[in-house]
Amino acid sequence: MTLKEQYIAFETILIKEILRFARIWVQTIVPPVITMSLYFVIFGNLIGSQIGDMDGFRYIDYIVPGLIMMAVINNSYANVVSSFYGCKFHHHIEEMLVSPLPNYLIILGFVTGGIARGLSVGLAVTLVSMLFTDLQVTNLAVVITIVVLTSAVFALAGLINGVYAKSFDDISIVPTFVLTPLTYLGGVFYTISMLPDFWQGVSRLNPILYMVNAFRYGFLGVSDIGLGPSYAIIGIFIVGLYGYAMYLLNTGYGIRR
Amino acid sequence: MAYALTVENLRKVYANGFEALKGVSLSVEEGDFYALLGSNGAGKSTTIGIISSLVTKTAGSVKVFGHDIDQDFAAAKRLIGLVPQEFNFNVFEPVEEILVNQAGYFGIPRRTGFERAEQYLKQLGLWDKRRCQARELSGGMKRRLMIARALVHRPRLLILDEPTAGVDIEIRRSMWTYLHELNAAGTTIILTTHYLEEAENLCRNIAIIDKGCVVEQASMKHLLTKLDCEIFVLDLREPLKSLPPTLPDCLQQIDETTLEAVISRDDSINFLFKALSEHGIEVLSMRNKTNRLEQLFINMTRRNAAA
Ligand SMILES: Nc1ncnc2c1ncn2[C@@H]1O[C@H](COP(=O)(O)OP(=O)(O)OP(=O)(O)O)[C@@H](O)[C@H]1O
Ligand SMILES: [Mg+2]
Repeated sequence: MTLKEQYIAFETILIKEILRFARIWVQTIVPPVITMSLYFVIFGNLIGSQIGDMDGFRYIDYIVPGLIMMAVINNSYANVVSSFYGCKFHHHIEEMLVSPLPNYLIILGFVTGGIARGLSVGLAVTLVSMLFTDLQVTNLAVVITIVVLTSAVFALAGLINGVYAKSFDDISIVPTFVLTPLTYLGGVFYTISMLPDFWQGVSRLNPILYMVNAFRYGFLGVSDIGLGPSYAIIGIFIVGLYGYAMYLLNTGYGIRR
Repeated sequence: MAYALTVENLRKVYANGFEALKGVSLSVEEGDFYALLGSNGAGKSTTIGIISSLVTKTAGSVKVFGHDIDQDFAAAKRLIGLVPQEFNFNVFEPVEEILVNQAGYFGIPRRTGFERAEQYLKQLGLWDKRRCQARELSGGMKRRLMIARALVHRPRLLILDEPTAGVDIEIRRSMWTYLHELNAAGTTIILTTHYLEEAENLCRNIAIIDKGCVVEQASMKHLLTKLDCEIFVLDLREPLKSLPPTLPDCLQQIDETTLEAVISRDDSINFLFKALSEHGIEVLSMRNKTNRLEQLFINMTRRNAAA
């Protein structure tokens, strides 16, 4: 395919993916916004006022970036895993397989769709958070690059999950047993400097910690982790997951009989 | 002669160990209207799946207008339009969007996609349904939607896997006309069907697959001449109590007003009418009993089972 044709094909997948979640926005955009609003009210306002400062900030201000990131992570992942698995389950993935679309474009299309969902939800949650806090931005470039790259990591992971999934149950296992615990323990609600040394060390093995902290740095200017390691970890995950997704699609695993 | 499709020694062993194709070789000439016949589970859809790269092959090679599907996959895929046996579109997507997206995957700009969608939806009688979600279509409309979708990138080889399954007689005939015109305009067509009169009407060449092997590949004409006898059904004016024993042996009584005659292809049937007239039996009408191809098909697959 020529570059122009490749662009058209990519755009086609992206538009289709965006329309998919936009059409069912009540199921895709509204629920995370409600959940996050509850976090803002309960942890931020009600309990937060009892907690006092965290790393020199009001508790609500401290947790807002992490909560936005949590919504972005969950939704980027959920969008791609359910869309890709749906394509497989209803066989319309075959529309792509019979076309000359190279595999990298299939990945890029689905992943960009996942990023679009992640960012849409992230933006909606950010707007709602403004009802509870004055959001400051220290470094907008960091905020944007970190949120987009993190979203890409989890969109890729969702794609791989979608390739492996053999039933609708398989698409909720990873979010429940891996993503949620890692996010909760990934410094959304506390600074790891509160933890004993040993648990600080363990926390540093959690990649989400790097993403949440870098994102928070973009807003508040404080972080448990340097920006360099954060970008490096995210970069490594993107390259690794992309390579693996490419490998899976090239073998035809789960999509070609 | 240039070939639209050459398949050589195709083998397929599915993940569960089942060998669905045991060395299938086919060649379809450019411009042909080709029937791929075989009973349920013979391996037709598997063969088509491999050609259109939905199924991975275990061994063998496939060339589409000379382009190898492994080495030159983009070129090969552009030339193929596939109408699969099972519905495989997103049932929540509107009809028109399904076509525009399919065109998009081929690198066709959206604007051109909409023009093509209009053209093919109109030709297939689905234009007034363009904004409906695909799940709102009837079974026959869904089949036509898949035909329209297979054509948006203007393939030179159209492969239809049972396109007329579940389609009413009227629509089936209009599909035949449509396919006939497409073929006349230069599109090579490969068709599988269980309606043998459909294959007999439309196709010039034919392959019969049985249990993963090609048991016959020939022109329709040649095949039909292979049939050594024909069965005629005779409808009588007056009810007949019993068949007079003096009539020729080839006659058999089915019911009071129906006789069947088995006549070797080389024999004339004049003697039959002579004998019937002598007995004062009046024949109102006469027709072929079975579709001839059906007969042949049964002979072929039965022979293969015996072997
Ligand atoms: N995914 C699969 N895994 C295992 N076996 C399969 C698979 N798909 C098909 N088969 C087997 O391969 C054989 C050929 O199937 P195929 O679908 O090619 O038949 P067909 O000729 O198209 O039949 P039909 O006329 O019923 O559509 C069958 O025995 C079938 O059970
Ligand atoms: Mg079949």
